[in-house]
Amino acid sequence: MSFNIVEFLKSLVGLNVSEYLKTVVGDQAWVNFVSDVLGVVIISTFCLLIVIFLIWLERKVIARMQDRIGPNRVGGRYGLLQTVADVIKLLIKEDITPAGADKVAYWLAPFLTVIAALLIWAVMPFAPGVIGVDLDIGVFYVLAISSASVVALLLAGWGSNNKYALLGAFRSVAQLVSYEVPMILALLVPILLARSMSTVDIVRAQTVPFIFVVPLAAVIFLISALAETGRTPFDLLEAESEIVSGFHVEYGGMKFGMFFLAEFVNTLFMSGFFATMFLGGYRFFGLENLVVGGDWAIGRLLSLVVFFVKMFAVYFVFIWIRGTWPRVRVDQILNFNWKFLVPLSLALILTIAVLDKVIPADAGIYARSSILLLANLLLAMIAIEIMRTVARRKRKGSSVDAVLDVNEVEHHTHDAHHEVAAAH
Amino acid sequence: MTTDQVIFIILSVFTLGTALLVVTLRNLFHAALALMATFLGVAGLYVMLDAGFLAAAQLLVYIGAISILLIFAIMMTRRLMNTTESAFNSQGGASLVTAVIGFLVIAWAVSQFSRVLPQVVQKQVDMKPMSPDVIPYIQSSVAAMGQAFVDPNGFVLPFEIASVLLLAGLIGAIIVAWPKAEDEES
Repeated sequence: MSFNIVEFLKSLVGLNVSEYLKTVVGDQAWVNFVSDVLGVVIISTFCLLIVIFLIWLERKVIARMQDRIGPNRVGGRYGLLQTVADVIKLLIKEDITPAGADKVAYWLAPFLTVIAALLIWAVMPFAPGVIGVDLDIGVFYVLAISSASVVALLLAGWGSNNKYALLGAFRSVAQLVSYEVPMILALLVPILLARSMSTVDIVRAQTVPFIFVVPLAAVIFLISALAETGRTPFDLLEAESEIVSGFHVEYGGMKFGMFFLAEFVNTLFMSGFFATMFLGGYRFFGLENLVVGGDWAIGRLLSLVVFFVKMFAVYFVFIWIRGTWPRVRVDQILNFNWKFLVPLSLALILTIAVLDKVIPADAGIYARSSILLLANLLLAMIAIEIMRTVARRKRKGSSVDAVLDVNEVEHHTHDAHHEVAAAH
Repeated sequence: MTTDQVIFIILSVFTLGTALLVVTLRNLFHAALALMATFLGVAGLYVMLDAGFLAAAQLLVYIGAISILLIFAIMMTRRLMNTTESAFNSQGGASLVTAVIGFLVIAWAVSQFSRVLPQVVQKQVDMKPMSPDVIPYIQSSVAAMGQAFVDPNGFVLPFEIASVLLLAGLIGAIIVAWPKAEDEES
């Protein structure tokens, strides 16, 4: 088959250039290699550049929620070039290494953070066939990379030679390591239903999007994703009033910019991941299989649009939460995780696993989904009822109990002091 | 040399080099970092062996959990900056004996493996025109592993024992952390 410019443009729009090239020049190793390299370049460039837009979006939306206008000077009425100006400012700042910093750790941390933030995009299914690599352990891969990226925070906190940075890093690690647990448990539910850890298989299994089958898992995942990305209401990592600005307090210029960038890339990834795991990813009533004019598979491009709409819808929820919710305290964060989210997600997994076995295999997909949905709602009601009872008991408890509670808290802080003293 | 061999040599040099750094660096924190790099190199070797699940587990468990625990331990117990310990101690003789024994055991195991290896390779050659029922088995090694874990003829006993052990550890941690009754009164 000879090269045909119209066919080439068609394949470009249909997002299957590499398949087209293979039919033209034959299945050769270099075609694969070039398309792999191009794919990596496109995905990483997209991730890095979209951040400029994301920051503008976040500032603008937050401003509207707080009854302000937001950026409106640089780049026309809507301040579209505000972030570009900010990036240029960050780039031309002097590069400072604080005195007494551990140079290896201090320099390595921002790079590792960005690398980890980019690596996880490899398994994100943008459209059918448009995915970095369809690993059969896709979800597990994401979890492994994001758990290993915690190391970068410790490096930053320790390498800066600053007590606020170190405290911030400790807080971050405690939060990230803890919230990984409910996140993994919540992700196990769609894995269980799809019977695969590959992101593509999970999207394929969602004839009914999993948010309508297991809404509880979706909510647990959303909460832990907020915590994993360190966003409000879990932004203790950079609580200005308590620890200045967390683990990156000593970083300036583009090194700070890299932490900032990784945070936004991670948040966008979590939005996309939520869309993939619970909203059906790129699927929208069979739109992804649309073929126009007999052989022109336009469906891929349309499903890419669908995926982006879903991803940014979830991202908007993240901004929305940031604009409206107060920050939680550090003890609340861990209590909420270990005493509420983890038991709840364990109960959820047990319920779903048992029900999935009990429901006869020949029950239709809708019957199966509605049974699971009912079980979810029941479980959610039981959890809320338990919380209500506990809260009421606490409120009704005598004042003696309240005093005891305060004593207990004080006692614990004393204990912590002793431990620190002993360590020194 | 094939590409695989080049990658293998790079990974091995990386793994061994960082492992050497772990035991020679005087700064404990840097030694811990080098240990993480070693784990990463081992994960790379797993990937080369087509054991993707193992590689991800290595990343999750060794770098994401154990190394972090190590670093926390170092930060809690030593002075924070400029920890320069001597890299050597006076237990050279004992460690030499241990190292020699360990080497012999591994060498013996590898020699046994090389006796089995030709058969495995032969089996793969026999399978070359893959029968349809073999392909899904090979493609989903994770599913095969999961089934082996709960198969009575497979590894169900060690798997269950490990989970009981972990549960015991979990409960033990909770009991240790439980506030003591007399503490509350004081």
